[in-house]
Amino acid sequence: MSAREIHGIGAPFGPAQPGAPENREFALIGKPTAKIDGLAKATGALQYADDIQLPGMLHAKTLRSPHAHARIRSIDVSAALALPGVHAVISGRDLPERYGVIPWTQDETALAVDKVRFIGDPVAAVAAVDEDTANQALRLIKVEYEPLYAYFDPRESLVRHDPVIHEDKKDGNISKHVELVFGDVEGELKASDLVVEDDYTFHGTTHAAIEPHCAVATQAADGLLTVWSSTQITHYVHRALAKVLGLDPARIRVVQPALGGAFGGKSDPFSLEFCVAKLAMITGRPVKMLWTREEVFYAHRGRHPMQLHYRTGVTKDGRIRAVDARILIDGGSYSSFGLVTTYYSGQLLTGPYDFPTYRFHSTRVFTNKPPCGPKRGHGSVQPRFAFEVQLDEVAERLGLDPIELRRRNFQGGHTRTVNGQRITSNGFLKCLEEVERASGWQQRRGKLGRGRGLGIAGSMYISGTNYPVYPNEMPQAGIQIAAERSGRVTVFTGGNDIGQGSNSMVAYIVAEELGLDLAQVRVVAADTDLCPVDLGAYSSRVTFMVGNAAIDAARKLRALIVEAVAAEWKVEQARVRLINGRVIDMQDSARSISSAQALQITEARHDTLGSTGSYNTPKLGGDYRGGTIGASPAYSFTAHVVEVQVCEETGRIRVERCWIAHDCGRALNPMIVAGQMEGSAYMGIAEALLEEHGVNRFGLHAGPSLLDYRIPTAIDTPELAARIVESLDPEGPYGAKEAGEGPLHPSIPAISNAVFDAVGIRLRHLPFTPGKVLEQLRTARAMTQGKQSGQVSRC
Amino acid sequence: MLRMPRFELLEPTTLEAALSALAERPEKSMVIAGGTDLLPNLKHELFTPERVVSLARIASLRSVRELDQGWLSLGAMLKLEEIAAHETLRRRYPALAQAASLVAGPQLRTMGTLGGNVLLDTRCQWYNQTYFWRQALGFCLKKDGTLCHVVEGGSKCVAAASNDTAPALMTLGAELVIVGPAGQRVVRIDDFWLADGAANKKLDPGEILVEIRLPPTTPGHRGAYGKLRMRDSIDFPLLSVAARVDLDSSGKVSHADLVIGALQARPVRIKKLDSVLAGVQTGGDAWKTAVSQAAELAYRQCHPMPNVPGDHEWRREMVPVYVRHTLESAVRGDGPVHGL
Repeated sequence: MSAREIHGIGAPFGPAQPGAPENREFALIGKPTAKIDGLAKATGALQYADDIQLPGMLHAKTLRSPHAHARIRSIDVSAALALPGVHAVISGRDLPERYGVIPWTQDETALAVDKVRFIGDPVAAVAAVDEDTANQALRLIKVEYEPLYAYFDPRESLVRHDPVIHEDKKDGNISKHVELVFGDVEGELKASDLVVEDDYTFHGTTHAAIEPHCAVATQAADGLLTVWSSTQITHYVHRALAKVLGLDPARIRVVQPALGGAFGGKSDPFSLEFCVAKLAMITGRPVKMLWTREEVFYAHRGRHPMQLHYRTGVTKDGRIRAVDARILIDGGSYSSFGLVTTYYSGQLLTGPYDFPTYRFHSTRVFTNKPPCGPKRGHGSVQPRFAFEVQLDEVAERLGLDPIELRRRNFQGGHTRTVNGQRITSNGFLKCLEEVERASGWQQRRGKLGRGRGLGIAGSMYISGTNYPVYPNEMPQAGIQIAAERSGRVTVFTGGNDIGQGSNSMVAYIVAEELGLDLAQVRVVAADTDLCPVDLGAYSSRVTFMVGNAAIDAARKLRALIVEAVAAEWKVEQARVRLINGRVIDMQDSARSISSAQALQITEARHDTLGSTGSYNTPKLGGDYRGGTIGASPAYSFTAHVVEVQVCEETGRIRVERCWIAHDCGRALNPMIVAGQMEGSAYMGIAEALLEEHGVNRFGLHAGPSLLDYRIPTAIDTPELAARIVESLDPEGPYGAKEAGEGPLHPSIPAISNAVFDAVGIRLRHLPFTPGKVLEQLRTARAMTQGKQSGQVSRC
Repeated sequence: MLRMPRFELLEPTTLEAALSALAERPEKSMVIAGGTDLLPNLKHELFTPERVVSLARIASLRSVRELDQGWLSLGAMLKLEEIAAHETLRRRYPALAQAASLVAGPQLRTMGTLGGNVLLDTRCQWYNQTYFWRQALGFCLKKDGTLCHVVEGGSKCVAAASNDTAPALMTLGAELVIVGPAGQRVVRIDDFWLADGAANKKLDPGEILVEIRLPPTTPGHRGAYGKLRMRDSIDFPLLSVAARVDLDSSGKVSHADLVIGALQARPVRIKKLDSVLAGVQTGGDAWKTAVSQAAELAYRQCHPMPNVPGDHEWRREMVPVYVRHTLESAVRGDGPVHGL
């Protein structure tokens, strides 16, 4: 793409300075700057979806299935409809068109048609004058169910297909199966000096974003439908609404208001978006639906539970020869992103270490549980956990330092993985070095006394992929800029700011390129009527893709400004520099005008000012089916060292500190990058020690509340030390890569590895509950009875 | 957000007015103190009162008063944070102050009251859920159903007493002052409980807990509170231990008491404790042995069930651990014990 080629990795002015620590040439990039919406968030002024109040607005509620698996024999809504204050009631037959974020696996409907597939599956929706009336009406809807056998164990779904959860699936209860082989895995395993083989379990977890899902819809007299939704994929919601409602997409507007967290939990089109739209169309009034926390737990799309089996073969000096994986993935009741998850479970493991041969065999099955989907580190956190624990065991068995083992297998930069992914910049060695030094690894590991230990793990992640969710040749990200004589520059982006700061990122880039004060730049985002398409905030693609598109658009506008001002001043263009809200002559310091004056000169000489820019990935990926899934224009790399204290009386693991080194290419704003790194590590640690998303023996969610789903509080959170590594990627915006998901991966295996250092047990099955720790400690003691002193670390 | 069901809220300024407000429809009325337990329970439709009578404006319920013979009176509307921070209480009744300091999180302790905590509804993973959830379950014995799900097909409600202050008050020999249409009655807190999770308190509709009275403690009184929970804030107890150790002037145990919470419908007093602790000189090896014996005693007498969320087998394993630490902590005077 031309945009990328003209950008380079340097500042807009002056020579690129790879490795220059002080980033002298940048005015804004690389500096800690407040988010552009930070004050509005802190003061409560920002508007979230639930803040929207429209005249005459109705409130909608959803009736949900109390059965895990059942056929719907009949639905009678007459009593609900007759309740005063009720304006409309809809059920599955009113919205029968299927959707699903992946075009090949569309198996969802807004409301259940004929069948329900988990407890909480939406069945009907009511719009009424207020929430209480809507709730009351829900209880008047009579649904007759014929319960069916329900599946809660993914191993059963592998072998039993009667009854089938999705009737039209050709493979029974199997959602997706992928088997990919790269090289002679069996031969290399045979030839290995050591093969470590084991089973690992990843339980389910969910996002628990603080803002529950909310959508508001209204239809204008001329038919134009507007939907505000707390989504991280405005564009896909736009497409899905058009399909399900049978409307021309040009007559639908989707807007994402300020968002209170998503983490992947808002990257599917959801039932409520279709329901509010349909109810608004039926009633002719605006309709809002705000889910309860419980409903958010049912909507789920969180991390897939996986049962993983790994075999790793190595030479005696610790070089990996073969990795063989077999993974069973519990998908829950619908496909969601499951096709991608199944690929990601294997495709994203092939770095930062060199695998000469590799095979994975991943199967996703349906069960009658809330549907799983993408959660921060989609599809790759679970295999990364298993593999990094296995790698630690390899190091132990070979008598090698675990960091040294990882170093020896480093794949290097500007290379290709065994499964055909192109690696560009790779700062993993530097990440290892940072956490090794910061944690005092060499002096402290193994020497902290029984009960305290250090553990390491590494990982890699994508900065977006070249696989758009639906095949098309159009740009993945677009930007439009409008500038006018007051000095105001507005940037229009389809990108979804979900709290990660992508709107701020766009503002920094445009301000940097046009030499503006940040206050001159406005960002209009995620409004399909106003903004060019961006595919959305998922796969850590936004900074890389939207950032590049922003540079592209801004440089086109800058070229106009430079040309106009140079002509006005009758100097060479190279002398014109745009910086800090001014335009200056580099050879005559007396000549300096404000950027507003420069825009006036440009507007007079050209026309009304604007520009567009875009980004698309180069052709990437292996030349085989699925070879483009997980193919990213750049990969981020991370290493963590975690320090734990294990109490052998209670089995409780305390993470005392976590050092996080992350190669994000270049930190466009180090404050936000560090925040993403800390937030990721926090989330990973929580998944390892506290959080568990599951169902009880009836298939009911085990505790759909923030009391029972225990996210750590501030005092449960360890000291987190973020150390940013900048490898300056050749294709990222100013060299930037992702920072929002990669830094989650290593925390979970690093805890297991630290526990081994502390008390000599290997935790292979998540979550690491104290009960499991005690059990393993007992087993370990029984096996070594007599050999050890019996010393126990007390709390 | 879950909706708050409709009810009539009265905010009387005198106890008499509160009593008469309740007396009109006692079965359909409820008292609200801090609301930290009642409001979520109302949203879950565990209770459906037509009238809610607030005690918040009755100033007399917020006092700490010295009574005759060294007794201390605590108004039922004292905030848990006030109990936790109260100097006299911390000195004379350390287990109570410590228990109050570990209830929920800081915001909830500034709303939640001592009386409200004593009267906390029993808790269970099959019960503290929304109406939808409970309906999908087919309800449970404690509310709207006929079966207990803690043990498959159970016919007795075993929801757990999860109030942190109750075990501490039991070790202190507290008395509850309750007023109702028939006047005032005083009941030993030990006699206040029933072994039924569905209704574990002897409190009639129309009655109000107004005061908690504490008998004097001696200078040799030692106490501590231990609480097992997954997070260091917010969570209800998975297990709680209130310990009392009274020492004579020579440092020997003259009397000891242990009450365990979050096991079943009522707090459980460990039996025969004095047989292992009484007369033991603290600090030495004999004390260590005695503490281990007390822990073993508690382990044998306590059987956590899968009523509250969490691994009940681990909760049982934690009984001796928390008993040992809480007893030791009581004597050292450095409680509370939590987050081990």
